[in-house]
Amino acid sequence: MRRFLSLGLLCLLLLNITVTAQAQTSSTNTADDAAALELLEALDVESYTAKGEAITAILQSDDERARDWLQALLDGRLQRTDDGRFVLVLENRGRDWPVADVLTGEALGEMSRRDLERIGINNNLRNQLRSAIAVVDLYSPNVERRRISAERLLGEVDGELVQPINTLIEQEEDEQVRYRLTQAVAIYRAEAGEMAGVEALDGSLHPRSRVALSRAANSDDPVVGNAAAASLAGIEQQLKINRGLETLYFGLSLGSVLVLAAIGLAITFGVMGVINMAHGELMMLGAYTTWAMQQLLPGQPGLALILSIPAGFMVAALAGIAIERGVIQFLKGRPLETLLATFGISLILQQLVRTVISPLNRTVITPEWMSGSLVINDALSLTLNRMVVLGFALVVFASLMLIMRRTRLGLEVRAVTQNRAMARSMGIRATRVDIMTFALGSGVAGLAGVALSQLTNVGPNLGQNYIIDSFMVVVFGGVGNLWGTLVAGLSLGVINQVLEPWAGAVLAKIIVLVFIILFIQKRPRGLFPQKGRAAEG
Amino acid sequence: MSLLQSLAQRDRVFDFMAPQASPVDVRHGPILYMEDVTVSFDGFKAINNLNLTINDGELRCIIGPNGAGKTTMMDIITGKTRPNSGSVWFGSRHNLLHMNEPDIASLGIGRKFQKPTVFEALSVFENLELAMAADKRIFPTLTARMTGEIKDRIDEVLETIGLTTLRHQPAGILSHGQKQWLEIGMLLMQRPRLLLVDEPVAGMTEQEMERTAELLTGLAGKQSVVVVEHDMGFVRSIARQVTVLHQGSVLAEGTMEQVSSDPKVIEVYLGADDEEAA
Amino acid sequence: MSLTTESSTNFWLTRPFSERSTQIFLGVLLAALALVTILHVAVPPDNPLHVGAYTVNLFGKYLSYALLAVAVDLVWGYLGILSLGHGAFFAIGGYAMGMYLMRQIGDRGTYGHPVLPDFMVFLNWDSLPWFWQGFDMAWFAFAMVLLAPGLLALVFGFLAFRSRVTGVYLSIITQALTFALMLAFFRNEMGFGGNNGLTDFRELLGYNLRSNDTRLGLFLATGVALGLGYILCRAIVTSKLGRVSIATRDAEARTRFLGYRVERFQLFVFVVSAMLAGLAGALYVPQVGIINPSEFSPIFSIEIVLWVALGGRATLYGAVIGAILVNYAKTIFTGVMPDAWLFALGAMFVLVTVFLPKGVAGLFRYLKRRKRDDSANPDHKHTPEEASA
Repeated sequence: MRRFLSLGLLCLLLLNITVTAQAQTSSTNTADDAAALELLEALDVESYTAKGEAITAILQSDDERARDWLQALLDGRLQRTDDGRFVLVLENRGRDWPVADVLTGEALGEMSRRDLERIGINNNLRNQLRSAIAVVDLYSPNVERRRISAERLLGEVDGELVQPINTLIEQEEDEQVRYRLTQAVAIYRAEAGEMAGVEALDGSLHPRSRVALSRAANSDDPVVGNAAAASLAGIEQQLKINRGLETLYFGLSLGSVLVLAAIGLAITFGVMGVINMAHGELMMLGAYTTWAMQQLLPGQPGLALILSIPAGFMVAALAGIAIERGVIQFLKGRPLETLLATFGISLILQQLVRTVISPLNRTVITPEWMSGSLVINDALSLTLNRMVVLGFALVVFASLMLIMRRTRLGLEVRAVTQNRAMARSMGIRATRVDIMTFALGSGVAGLAGVALSQLTNVGPNLGQNYIIDSFMVVVFGGVGNLWGTLVAGLSLGVINQVLEPWAGAVLAKIIVLVFIILFIQKRPRGLFPQKGRAAEG
Repeated sequence: MSLLQSLAQRDRVFDFMAPQASPVDVRHGPILYMEDVTVSFDGFKAINNLNLTINDGELRCIIGPNGAGKTTMMDIITGKTRPNSGSVWFGSRHNLLHMNEPDIASLGIGRKFQKPTVFEALSVFENLELAMAADKRIFPTLTARMTGEIKDRIDEVLETIGLTTLRHQPAGILSHGQKQWLEIGMLLMQRPRLLLVDEPVAGMTEQEMERTAELLTGLAGKQSVVVVEHDMGFVRSIARQVTVLHQGSVLAEGTMEQVSSDPKVIEVYLGADDEEAA
Repeated sequence: MSLTTESSTNFWLTRPFSERSTQIFLGVLLAALALVTILHVAVPPDNPLHVGAYTVNLFGKYLSYALLAVAVDLVWGYLGILSLGHGAFFAIGGYAMGMYLMRQIGDRGTYGHPVLPDFMVFLNWDSLPWFWQGFDMAWFAFAMVLLAPGLLALVFGFLAFRSRVTGVYLSIITQALTFALMLAFFRNEMGFGGNNGLTDFRELLGYNLRSNDTRLGLFLATGVALGLGYILCRAIVTSKLGRVSIATRDAEARTRFLGYRVERFQLFVFVVSAMLAGLAGALYVPQVGIINPSEFSPIFSIEIVLWVALGGRATLYGAVIGAILVNYAKTIFTGVMPDAWLFALGAMFVLVTVFLPKGVAGLFRYLKRRKRDDSANPDHKHTPEEASA
């Protein structure tokens, strides 16, 4: 099988150079459709061996649509209708599928899946197709495609491919593609026990390189074997560091979510001494605002997300004001009753969303500029959505810090926090400060919801999952201290992620809870306690 | 105190293993002795190198402008606040800095707070009952019975503080002055060696003040009494010895005449225009 | 309350019997137990007055909830500790009973293993974990019903009260406690049946759990337990210790300055309350036939608090009224319009705290006093409620 494939590849390599050249000069499709149909007909046979030959034939044809056919065949989207036409299934979800003609590319509307028959392939053919597509793509004018296909070649190179790839390396302009192709060759050499290959793979973090090096380490030549073993040890060390960095990143990401969720709570709890159990549901409202915004602006998820930031803030802030005016103001000085009443509100809000919208989770689309990840190296890539949320959390934190330190509201809030009676006698309208504080804290909860919609499912239980964690952050950090909340949130996030690999997610959570309970023994007022007479209240 | 430390102090884990509370040793004169005490909250020194000695049976008034550290001083003596440095001795045997609030209370230091705190949901009688010197561990408290002796003692104190007719009323309905007296009554039930009284006449009428003055002067001799007060007229009517606190340390000490003619004191009080506004 | 203080020189445990409220409560409870028994046994099934086995079972469930509510009221109403984790003690008591009932199944399980419960066989365990040892003996299991929740409360309360964690902090920490336990019990590795919990019980002390007579017996046992639990709590709150508790609730620092070691009193009452909650859980499990980690869920614990709030804090009988009222409403609602139940529950939380802070019991007392004032003594001043905090 392998031999047959590599022969095919070699032919293809030589041929395709001309194909690409042709495609670049003449953009109109001049190939004979009849010939193309014949190539496709050859695919619709029982024997897999015959299919393999048909694939080779397609590769060797100079039809520039060949790649699309092969890709469709690989994905199972190349299908045949009852009347013998070949069609491309555009989306195979639901009962009726939109299809397009394979030869002309013209859309044929929707067809019932019962009228279509898939051209089946087996695993061997799948591998053959993947390699073939990779090689075809190496000649693609699209850099992204070349990068992907070069990575696919890692470990797939054999003796016959080395020479043409080396030629390609010389021609290639993109740094990354060159690096990958060099590695691909080096893997082949290392596995063949060549010193040059081992040397070239030193420091490479790709899992396939490690496989090659560990094979080389068993080489008969002790020099090569030792060099490979040394390289492997170095790589293991590197991987450990990268794994640590990844854990740290996930920890910080979880921590940023906790900070976002807890910081609004820290404000309302710190200033008013009020435990708002509906805080999580305010986050949920923020998340649903994002969803609603995307429904209003279909096709523009990015714009909708940006607009959701002020909208989510406003929706949650208004809901917060309603809660403060409608319930909390009547429960002044009775924190435990406030806790119960706001818990009731949280139940009502959850059920409201279930009844009005749906008990099921809603999908919020991640805009393109937030999807994907930032690749640092082969062992470490940072997902962009988490990074954006982390940045967003820091921005929200900084803005809150500014509001508290630099504005009149912040001054009044701090005054009321420290001594309500005194602040009132100085002419500060404590009631107004309460409303504003509550609106601010609730608005931040809304922002947290907007951010969360990019990381998790948006559903009626979204808030519930975070409320206990957020309180833990506030308690851990010390009430009424924003820095405490930041440090506590981030460190709890990291601790959780560090524990997870060896304790499991649930146990990690339990350990963190127990840790906080014990921590409170040592420091009942959190990491950064308020001091003085006022704090003892 | 960490768990380990508290476990290491084995004699404090179980009540029955605790050494019997030894009587206060006042053979050397002072019942309360504070030396070089300093407390700071976030850098602000509420108490700064305070030195204070109270003799057994003495009635001492402590005055000083707002923020002079009077309440913090009481917090330190009763174990509510721990000083950053210094030492506090009760008699010459008990280091108060090594004890917690209930220990200090059962040793015989009673405190009346600035804002009267009585148990509003309980009746006047029950307030006094709880304050009474008794075995305050859990099971003795659970099985405690009301004996004639206890009742007589409570009746006696009720008489002293003039609340006999209100004995079954919840303390919550008492007037401000009555609550102050109830608090003093609760202190009397404790039979303390040292009474700390924080602003006993704040918000009282003229007559109520006179009664309070009588009450306090009647106590001195049997017990040591420390009164923190803003009302100069009241202080003049009861005080033999007066200590002036300023910015956390002692500014002057002596009889009322001596301190009120002290130029430093005059300066502090003329500079402080809100002394009455507490 | 104040009237009994001076005259009661008798033994603390019998003191509640001289109280009018306790006499009325016990009278009503006994009458209800007798009435249900008569209507179930003596009235023929075709008579509309007949109380069916299902209803007896349902009432039994309500009574175990009522005992749980009394336990919560003891700490919340009299000590001011709002525990949002009492469901955990209830569930642990329930699991202790569940483990006994599992061992009673013996080799009659689906897999027919002589010792191991079905779920352990399913998980390919080859022997009983150490903490399942002894649960085949009724006396041991019943002791564990009280000791296991008591021990948890002792350790947790010791840590919390020693470092003076009170108020909303304590509420949140107790909630975290039950949440952590819920997560733990969901794990199969814990050895408590994971998600599904313990179920398929057959008999208790040799009585078939599916027979109507056993159900009636369990109902009556729960009623008796409720009566005894009520008397115990009443004895505690009318003792001097009860007054220290109220003092702690209203002015913790002041109580400390009187020389009471507040944290020990809190710990004592908390542990007693946890044990009562455990007992309630143990009576609940054989009546509903299952115990699973959902009893640990924070929402259940907070619901218990609502029962107490609705009935009226710091009365004990209010807790019983509240538990029965809310759960009856729940039964009705979830049968007729299940979606509306959470709305109703949420609204109850808000309305009770804002408009009815003293609960149904407070309403009773208010009406009674107004009647008395109008008829006898028009000048009488209204005194603040005992539960003013």
